[in-house]
Amino acid sequence: MKAAQDTQKPDSCPSLLDVESVRKDFPLLARRVHGKPLVYFDNGATSQKPQPVIDALNRYYTEENSNIHRGVHYLSELATSLYEEARKKLRRFVNARRLEEIIFVRGTTEAINLVAQSYGRKFLGAGDEIIVSAMEHHSNIVPWQMLCEQVGARLRVIPINHDGELVLDEFRRLFNDRTKLVSVTHVSNALGTVVPVKEIVRLAHAGGVPVLLDGAQAVPHLPVDVQEIECDFYAFSGHKMFGPTGVGVLYGRAELLDKMPPYQGGGDMISLVTFEKTHYNVLPYKFEAGTPNIAGGIGLGAAVDYLAGLDWDQVAAHERDLLEYATQAITKIDGLRIIGTAKEKAGVISFVLDHVHAHDVGTILDQEGVAVRAGHHCAMPVMQRFGVPATTRASFAFYNTRAEIDILVGALHRVLKVFG
Amino acid sequence: MSELDDLYQEVILDHNKSPRNFRAIGDADRKADGYNPLCGDQVTVYLKMENGKIKDVSFQGSGCAISKASASLMTAALKGKTQSEAEHLFDNVHKMLTGISADGDQTQEVGKLAILSGVCKFPARVKCASLAWHTVMSALKGEAEAATTE
Repeated sequence: MKAAQDTQKPDSCPSLLDVESVRKDFPLLARRVHGKPLVYFDNGATSQKPQPVIDALNRYYTEENSNIHRGVHYLSELATSLYEEARKKLRRFVNARRLEEIIFVRGTTEAINLVAQSYGRKFLGAGDEIIVSAMEHHSNIVPWQMLCEQVGARLRVIPINHDGELVLDEFRRLFNDRTKLVSVTHVSNALGTVVPVKEIVRLAHAGGVPVLLDGAQAVPHLPVDVQEIECDFYAFSGHKMFGPTGVGVLYGRAELLDKMPPYQGGGDMISLVTFEKTHYNVLPYKFEAGTPNIAGGIGLGAAVDYLAGLDWDQVAAHERDLLEYATQAITKIDGLRIIGTAKEKAGVISFVLDHVHAHDVGTILDQEGVAVRAGHHCAMPVMQRFGVPATTRASFAFYNTRAEIDILVGALHRVLKVFG
Repeated sequence: MSELDDLYQEVILDHNKSPRNFRAIGDADRKADGYNPLCGDQVTVYLKMENGKIKDVSFQGSGCAISKASASLMTAALKGKTQSEAEHLFDNVHKMLTGISADGDQTQEVGKLAILSGVCKFPARVKCASLAWHTVMSALKGEAEAATTE
């Protein structure tokens, strides 16, 4: 932390990102809550949407709506080409080798369930092992537990240390001949920890084991290159990366996806249906049964375009500054303890206050216009690991400011006053 | 501002800090666990019955100020009540918390529990305040499953 530098110029942000101009792109940020200007620090739950994304959704339903991959008419062709154009944008966004490696899903949860039920049921059997980490979101725990029940496999858990970092030596120790899949998060939603995923992939691949990464919290903060990481699957949600809800992506290496059976049956995922036998469609359509979230896919494409227009060195510098500034400022509050102090962190601060429950903190902050998450963050094992029932979590996006952090600090002082 | 003051009144903060009947009852004849899956709040309620009346009632667990204060106030209010009196009180408290009746009738009927009426202005917190009540109801009915607010 660059404490000395930061305190010398508390009002100016050292990054060059023009935050005020960026904020104007997000209309919701201008609203008030309980008569106070909104301070939106719940980006880990979902991000706000820039105007181009809202416009894309509006334009789709106003001028372009039609079903895709079917009609011969003009609108159907238009909608199809817009939807497939969005797939191309997402391929570039994560730098997948091939377009058919981008499968549209409802979100990260569905992506992980897809791999568990398709890859898992085909390639895992009794006695096989799946490795996850102790900082997973429930969506990267429960699908594997369900698979374990179905095929008799076993879930193994890489522990985390007191800072909320994954213990790599323990991962090496857990890894064995029965290990058939590794599924870990890229960035922890509850702690903010950035996991050394390249190292995990390297170790797993040395044993010939594929790796799925839960990228839901990574894509809003870091440039992701699946070829550089060399992961086998990468799952993420649109709504956490400034796109619409109800759409997300599973990236999968084509060699693996080709060997996997369909996840759901229905329209669009077939090439020929008779009552005797059905032939499945090619990738990626084999995994996209039914009419998808067309507007959502197109809107997510617009989010990717928006993000591509930002300077990501500036974004990274600004987010690092926010995290350092906020960490320093709230650490000064009496009785406050930050949960998750990894060396490599994204813009997430989870904390507990002595004698004040996270829910009470959340309600009082809300009255000050500050939106945070209070609870277990769908990561109950993380709460158990740190011996707390719940935490308050402030999660930042590039449109947040130091001034907003000052408001958070002021609101936390109000909490202390109420519970004095 | 004033809504927040209504929610966190002195009495509530006091019950949060020093909850009454915050203990286990060793020879409880009824006991139930309550759980709010939304936030992880957890409560165990113990009951000791005698001659069809609640002789002793206590709770343990972890939760926010609202859930703790509500549980604490509840234990004080339920002592000496029959099962049907307890159920009647639960109905009135529930109506008050969810804001179904704003005409003040309930506040008469719930007595000291009226202090919790500020909760109805905070829909996200109704479940915090009602968790212990759902749990004591399942204990009274002898239900095996843990009570939840869902």
